[in-house]
Amino acid sequence: MDGAEPKKTALYGAHVRAGGRMVPFAGYWMPVQFEGINAEHLRVRSAVGLFDVSHMGEVVFRGPRAQDVVQRLLTNDVASPPSGKAIYSPACRPSGGIVDDLIAYKVAPDHFFLCVNAANRDKDVRWFVEQARGECEVSDRSDDYAQIAVQGPKAPDLLARVFGDGVKGMKPFTFTFLTHRSHEVLLATTGYTGERGGEVYLPNDAAESLWAELLERGQDLGVAPIGLGARDTLRLEMKYCLYGHDIDETTTPLEAGIGWTVKLDKGDFLGRDALLRQRESGLTRSLVAFVMEEKGVPRQGYRILVNDQVVGAVTSGAFSPSLGVPVGLGYVAKPHDAVGSVIGVDLKGLRTARARVVEPPLLRRSK
Amino acid sequence: MSVPKDYRYTETHEWVRVEEDNVVAVGITDYAQEKLGDIVSVELPRVGDEVERGEAIGMIDSQKASSEVIAPVSGVVLEVNDLLNDDPSVINSDPYEEGWIARIEIEDMEQVDDLLGSDDYEELVGRLEEEE
Repeated sequence: MDGAEPKKTALYGAHVRAGGRMVPFAGYWMPVQFEGINAEHLRVRSAVGLFDVSHMGEVVFRGPRAQDVVQRLLTNDVASPPSGKAIYSPACRPSGGIVDDLIAYKVAPDHFFLCVNAANRDKDVRWFVEQARGECEVSDRSDDYAQIAVQGPKAPDLLARVFGDGVKGMKPFTFTFLTHRSHEVLLATTGYTGERGGEVYLPNDAAESLWAELLERGQDLGVAPIGLGARDTLRLEMKYCLYGHDIDETTTPLEAGIGWTVKLDKGDFLGRDALLRQRESGLTRSLVAFVMEEKGVPRQGYRILVNDQVVGAVTSGAFSPSLGVPVGLGYVAKPHDAVGSVIGVDLKGLRTARARVVEPPLLRRSK
Repeated sequence: MSVPKDYRYTETHEWVRVEEDNVVAVGITDYAQEKLGDIVSVELPRVGDEVERGEAIGMIDSQKASSEVIAPVSGVVLEVNDLLNDDPSVINSDPYEEGWIARIEIEDMEQVDDLLGSDDYEELVGRLEEEE
């Protein structure tokens, strides 16, 4: 990927025509913004936005033992949920460090469809194949699929207009296969914004027409394309982890505050022993959400201080368009990670700005 | 992309406008604000600060990045644009007028002559955009 010309998603042309600012991201040319990050962010919070997330990787597990393999790879339980459920989960190394965080779509016990981070795709596939030990088929289907996320309070209306009223009854984190204009698409009620809506996986050659149809049929709902910039601020307000920033192979799901995805009692899985030990011995640090109480925007890598002592580092930061203040995430040593703690963010030596640890999510959503 | 003719520029995308003898206004260019995107916070210098050409006198935070404002000239800060504390997005909407950052008193006006003229700056920006 390094040095190579980035690839284009099936929607590249549409983004350029719409005035998207294209940047290389995880090996693809992706739109970072269209009308502006703040405006796009607020559009998703108040109406509906479309995201091209075709850069995401798709890995399919098939075979009679597929469920056993996925169960071993992931920390979350994929055996108990019924087919048709989407399951968010980290995949860990034996050390408990996070290989990737992903969504597993359980088509059937012998058929799982995993959506993984674009930047981790090659690493994941190697790890999955190695750990599958030939017990099921593992195939990287990333190049076959485009993915469009439709997110916002008006997203269910828009999806119903395009895919039929049946989709309105879908519960969160479920999915179904639909035929749309003679293409088979997977429609899931998943997302990365904290809003209602869904994500559509579909063949590349069907992407441009669906994108155009969504824009056209959602015009009166206020739909517009949204770039990766707003995707980042939207997920940050919800404290959804971003791989490579808030989580990586040096952090565990327990530290990252996603311990609910670690099912220690489901049977053995990769990382279980290490995570069990960490749970028993207690954490030394955790990923906190904080709100700035003084001027300055926290950025990844900035030091977090308490009484001039370094107690952690920022992993994500931005100005929250919904809250109107800068916010961030970062690992903070105990006991300074407690909700209500006052911490300092070292703005690259410029000065230390006060921040307060808060209960996540940063943005409280009313139902 | 706007590059006013009567302004002077730096290679780091600040502008300078001569206000009166020995006083200049300083800001960032249209190109700079466009590249930064939504500006969410501005760190201004303090009135009375002695600033040295080439050193950071402030910080501009956009949704995407934090970027230093480099002093285009040496002198003393006479005034800062407090409006930016309340509404930093003014730099996006009007970088050359309402979005000014500081007024600086300088000893010799010759410093201004060393800066880029509008034609040179326009050429620089053209080159940068081509590289993208």
